[in-house]
Amino acid sequence: MPIANYLYLAAILFTIGAVGVIVRRNAIVVFMCIELMLNAANLAFVTFARINGNLEGQVVAFFTMVVAACEVVVGLAIIVTIYRSRRSASVDDASLLKR
Amino acid sequence: MQISENLVWFIALPLFSSAILLLVGKRANSWGHIAATTVSASTFVIGVIEFFAMQARPEENRAVVQKLFTWISVGSFNVDASLLLDQLSICFVLLITGVGTLIHIYSISYMSHDLDRRRFFAYLNLFIASMLLLVLGDSYLNLYVGWEGVGLASYLLIGFWNQKPTYATAAKKAFVANRVGDVGLSLAIMIAFATFGDVTFSGIKEQTDAASTAQLTAIGLMLLLAACGKSAQFPLQSWLGDAMAGPTPVSALIHAATMVTAGVYLITRSSFIFDEAPIAQLMVLIVGAVTLLFGAIIGTAKDDIKKALAASTMSQIGYMILATGLGPIGYAFAIMHLLTHGFFKASMFLGAGSVMHGMKDEVNMRKYGGIGKFMPITAITFGLGYLAIIGVPPFAGFYSKDKIIETAFNAGGIKGIALGIATLLGAAITAFYMTRVVILTFFGNERWGHKDEPHESPALMLIPIALLSIGSVASGYLLSRGKSLVNWLEPVVNPLKEHHAEELFSHTTVSLMTISVVIIGVSIAVRKYRGDQSDTAPEKVSKLTIAARKDLFQDSLNEAAFMRPGQSLIQKLLNIDHLVIDGAVRSVGVVSISAGSKLRSLQNGYVRSYALMMVIGVLSLIAVIWVVTA
Repeated sequence: MPIANYLYLAAILFTIGAVGVIVRRNAIVVFMCIELMLNAANLAFVTFARINGNLEGQVVAFFTMVVAACEVVVGLAIIVTIYRSRRSASVDDASLLKR
Repeated sequence: MQISENLVWFIALPLFSSAILLLVGKRANSWGHIAATTVSASTFVIGVIEFFAMQARPEENRAVVQKLFTWISVGSFNVDASLLLDQLSICFVLLITGVGTLIHIYSISYMSHDLDRRRFFAYLNLFIASMLLLVLGDSYLNLYVGWEGVGLASYLLIGFWNQKPTYATAAKKAFVANRVGDVGLSLAIMIAFATFGDVTFSGIKEQTDAASTAQLTAIGLMLLLAACGKSAQFPLQSWLGDAMAGPTPVSALIHAATMVTAGVYLITRSSFIFDEAPIAQLMVLIVGAVTLLFGAIIGTAKDDIKKALAASTMSQIGYMILATGLGPIGYAFAIMHLLTHGFFKASMFLGAGSVMHGMKDEVNMRKYGGIGKFMPITAITFGLGYLAIIGVPPFAGFYSKDKIIETAFNAGGIKGIALGIATLLGAAITAFYMTRVVILTFFGNERWGHKDEPHESPALMLIPIALLSIGSVASGYLLSRGKSLVNWLEPVVNPLKEHHAEELFSHTTVSLMTISVVIIGVSIAVRKYRGDQSDTAPEKVSKLTIAARKDLFQDSLNEAAFMRPGQSLIQKLLNIDHLVIDGAVRSVGVVSISAGSKLRSLQNGYVRSYALMMVIGVLSLIAVIWVVTA
């Protein structure tokens, strides 16, 4: 199986994630789509590490995981707080910035 | 050149007093006029002291200078604020401070009922300071400062009663007409600097040989334009009649005796330029001859006593300008006529003011008549001034005007004959219109139409008039005795290069001719105006009279040729300003606002749309990189 297929998979996963972020309203789903995009990137890193025959890509993947973990903590906290105050998990309800 | 430390006081004293009176405000109302008069008198005293000191020195050592400070120092261009008092300036200094002081004294009484008397005296002192700076400056640039200063003072004083719109307009008219002349002076200074690299009188005088005739002619013509503006000469003469809107002492001091003669001073001071520029000198002659007839003709038809005297001033200054155009031989006679004219015209103006004072500010001579027996002193002093201006021997005008007529006849060739006839004709018309003024005012039937009899003015007004009329009797003889003024001025004005070989008429012939035309003029006026007169101007008059009443259409011409085209040009420029320049500025604003409101719709607060924009941005970035690198 050619190694480029992994890259195609990463691109597809990233696109799914990006489209999910844009079209979905539920904050939890949006959040999961962001995770999907991060992991798509991770897959691409690992694939490139494999192609180049070195470890840099894999190391960066670990960094991404750490950042993703932190992001999950902060993001979930924000979502929970918004849900508590508004009784809604829709991202469109939190559109106060324009005012 | 002797150094003096006293010259600065000529300018500092009145300038300081003027500033004090204006700054202190109403608190100075009770003593302002006294202070201003004292200051003016003290400048006269300094002038007299300087005059005697100058007279005691040998001829080549008479001029004194005082450097005040370095004014401009840019590269090779250095102008010092320096004062120069020489034989020419001292004549003016004595005239300005002497007549000025008398008019200050007169004004104390004349303006006593005016609430703004303090402001009036502040302006008078400002005028004295500026006029002294004008005649004491040692370079064209210093002269220019004084030149502008007297223009400002003249504007302020013409419009002194600016609550009347016509008076304010008259002030503006004088200011604008003067600006035209001022442009000429500034251009003359610029050309002089470009040619000589210097603007001092002494510096330019030494270098005139190095300049081409064309350059000197250009400077001369620009200086003539300046003189025309300030001295109300053709074609910039139209402001002088309206300038009579100012209080009468102002008309006497500024618009008869001193400021309007600044043009004569300028041309005499620039004799080294005019003597080398024959075309400019010819133009001076033409301007002088045209104006002297122009003013005289206007004077014959004016019913307003001040405007008749103003037309006469115009005409007499025409004589002076003409004399300066005659070259080295004429300058001293121009100055002599200037000095005698300063006396008799100031005395007559103050006399007119005295009549107005007794007649409740009536200026129409048709409403006068028979005032002589009510105001004997005014009538006698006015009569002395009258005899002086028409040139009856031995009064002052006879000596000075005769000299000009004689010199004009002897200028040589057709030019001499034409100028001689013009000056002689001017003398006849002068005799006519001045006789008319005197008869309409002081003789004949009483036409004022109310019961109150005119009363003689207070002594404070009569004493200055009396002193000035003594001057108008004696000054001519004193100045011409033994050629005293001619010899006095000789080191300053360019010396005579060649002596005129033949004389067309001898001195006696010219005198006889002048006296006979004067007698003709007087007798025509007496025949026409003796007996009872109507209190309104006759309706059915010749075309020439109508033209003269309208100042020979000078205002209509100015309006048609300059004012209306100027206004429409300004209107067009204004439209261009509104459409193009303002339009450009406004459209920048409109574009920004509409772009802003369009961009605002992007900021809808929805996270998903921000995310979409981010994706679009990243994708387009990638696309760009791809295209560029591929």
